[in-house]
Amino acid sequence: MATGQPDERKTTYREAMREALREALRADERVFLMGEDVGRYGGCFGVSLGLLEEFGPERIRDTPLSESAFVGAGIGAALSGLRPIVEIMTVNFSLLALDQILNNAATLLHMSGGQLPVPLVIRMTTGAGRQLAAQHSHSLEGWYAHIPGIRVLAPATIEDARSMLAPALADPDPVLIFEHGSLYNAAGELAPLTAPVDLDHAATRRQGTDISLITYGGSLPKALAAADELAADGISAEVLDLRTLRPLDGEAIAASVARTHRAVVVDEAWRTGSLAAEISARIAEESLYELDAPVERVCSAEVPIPYARLLEQAALPQTADIVTAAHRAVD
Amino acid sequence: MAEFTMPSLGADMDEGTLQEWLVRAGDRVRRGEPVAVVETAKSTIEVECFETGRVGRLLVDPGATVPVGTPLALIEPVEEPAKPTKPTKRGRAATARSTARETPKRAATAHPAPAPAEPRAPVPAGGRDRVLAVRGRAHGEEGPLVRHLAEQAGIDLDALHGSGHGGRVTRADVERAAAAPRLPGRITPFARRLARELDVDLSAVTGSGRNGAVRAVDVREAAPGPSVPAGPKSGSAAPARPAGERRPVGMRDAIAGLMSRANREIPHYYLSTTVNLAAAMDWMHEHNRRCPIGERLLPVALLLKAAARAARKVPELNGFWTDGGFTAGEGVHLGVAVSLRGGGLVAPALHDADTLELPQLMADMKDLVARARTGRLRGSEVSDPTITVTNLGDQGVEAVLGVIYPPQVALVGFGRIVERPWAVDGLLGVRPVVTATLSADHRATDGAVGARYLTAVDRLLQSPEEL
Repeated sequence: MATGQPDERKTTYREAMREALREALRADERVFLMGEDVGRYGGCFGVSLGLLEEFGPERIRDTPLSESAFVGAGIGAALSGLRPIVEIMTVNFSLLALDQILNNAATLLHMSGGQLPVPLVIRMTTGAGRQLAAQHSHSLEGWYAHIPGIRVLAPATIEDARSMLAPALADPDPVLIFEHGSLYNAAGELAPLTAPVDLDHAATRRQGTDISLITYGGSLPKALAAADELAADGISAEVLDLRTLRPLDGEAIAASVARTHRAVVVDEAWRTGSLAAEISARIAEESLYELDAPVERVCSAEVPIPYARLLEQAALPQTADIVTAAHRAVD
Repeated sequence: MAEFTMPSLGADMDEGTLQEWLVRAGDRVRRGEPVAVVETAKSTIEVECFETGRVGRLLVDPGATVPVGTPLALIEPVEEPAKPTKPTKRGRAATARSTARETPKRAATAHPAPAPAEPRAPVPAGGRDRVLAVRGRAHGEEGPLVRHLAEQAGIDLDALHGSGHGGRVTRADVERAAAAPRLPGRITPFARRLARELDVDLSAVTGSGRNGAVRAVDVREAAPGPSVPAGPKSGSAAPARPAGERRPVGMRDAIAGLMSRANREIPHYYLSTTVNLAAAMDWMHEHNRRCPIGERLLPVALLLKAAARAARKVPELNGFWTDGGFTAGEGVHLGVAVSLRGGGLVAPALHDADTLELPQLMADMKDLVARARTGRLRGSEVSDPTITVTNLGDQGVEAVLGVIYPPQVALVGFGRIVERPWAVDGLLGVRPVVTATLSADHRATDGAVGARYLTAVDRLLQSPEEL
């Protein structure tokens, strides 16, 4: 890093992400960022604010409102030797580019007999909680985690927001990064970067002995809050942050369940056919003889996420729901 | 058509979890028979039916938590049959005996005829027996084939739930029972593995999970020797939790809520007196000398009886303060504070304690304490004490000034019986004495009433032979 930075400082998830982008743009000439409003407006969530001034319109590119077109352009750029970072405003809009992501980005390596890797990074927001109504609020990362050929990341902490981008860019295959909209304002100390972060392992955010709260992304703070409440009730909860949704760190899940013998899977997506369903299935497959209670799932209500604040909150997994589920499993 | 509803099993209960049905649709029940097991924040309770009739539809599934007053089942009225069937425990015993007479040899080997009914009132040893008694009312009417098969398979017909007409055990029931391994209903996979590792016989383990599922904690509790933390993989090895350690969290909350309310709402006044127990102890020792060991009395029986008799004499302290007024209790149902293993407290009722003979009271109390500690209290025992006694004498304290259990209006405390110098007729002697205290609700009574009560307790204890 060219400019000397203080070793540890107060920052936000948003700034950490911007810092990661800035570092990537500086480190490699081939890296560029494109998406709707990422340039002059600074990004819909302000992540790329100031980058246009620093790196110019060649590398911070505003695109038309056509997800299929600019994701396709990103794939083409990656195939041509560049290292594009494509920003999609929300996961809901990414469905317009699903054809590009699934049929091109994820499959070209296989269909070309290994000749055409697609070193593309796509960032997008996901999740609800900010009253943006159904079309901006869904949690569809589980759909992407279904697709072989791509890697799906869900940084839930400032550290991961800061440090996951570089290894994602280094990955020769397409990597999707899901940033939960409620996390951008999360503030905290950022430890100095040390070794590059590995993208293959889940992280235990809190140790515990009685129950595993398995979660990722925007639900991590709620799971940690639930663990605090459970601790007050004398229940020691372990909180496992999956970090990478594809490939899933099955070993970490199994190891955690082996320690605690009970699991609550917290996932803001809808319950049916969700990532939570996948995790529960893996626990049943690999950890059945460790289970001392049925696996509990805390997911969103199976409705389009409502706009009204109270309804929205009621539809989402909340700390109290996690606590209740944990009590069901433990008591 | 009557509704069987979620009862309120105490002033602090606003909802309960139906844990288990003890009857099925179509079963006949009598008023007072336990029909369901309900879990409250404080304990697991067998709830009695308030009607006599036939169980219609069950409206709530086990595991559901519903507010007090929610209909749980429909009870259809049925006219009593001319020839009485045998729904009671005693009736079943009679039936079993007649069966035994019919096929003397085989029946005797299969299940020995029950001992003659004991003279004392039927205090069920455990809830289960009662349940089976209820279910098995048509036993004895099974066909010879069924009896034969049951004997061959070594199955106790009385322990089977009959699926045939009128609850009769059918051939299919026997075959199913013979095929099924004798295991509790549900066992978690981990508990199963743990049982193998710790060499625990699962058929002897009682489950504490939902729907009676056996969990790791139950297996560890049943394991011989020091409990071993789970599994080879868990290297960090948390120490095994003693069983039942978690319940007190919910129970603590319940006690916290109720006692806060008591201290907030009830203006307590406290009285205390020291009672000379010389006559009572002499009488008791004399009585115990003539008794088999199992029937000997403990001093607490005398104290409880005196407290109950005194409550009948001073009815202003025996009842409830509700809606701004006092309602006297019907009968003296003496709440007995029982501290639970692993913490927590319940105060179930000894019904009509003032009328019980001392040996009976002693037996009932033992039964009550045992069931309180295994979590098998009846609804009526939990919900209707009219005055509560807390006896901390065995804990070594000399006096206890308690907090009233709302909506009751008085709490009687007894401390340890100690020998003290005591002046009698101008001479000093050593006498066993106990400090009796009264915490009473000043809204309902004044100190004069309380004083009358403690005086009555004292006087009653001076004539133990009349207790």
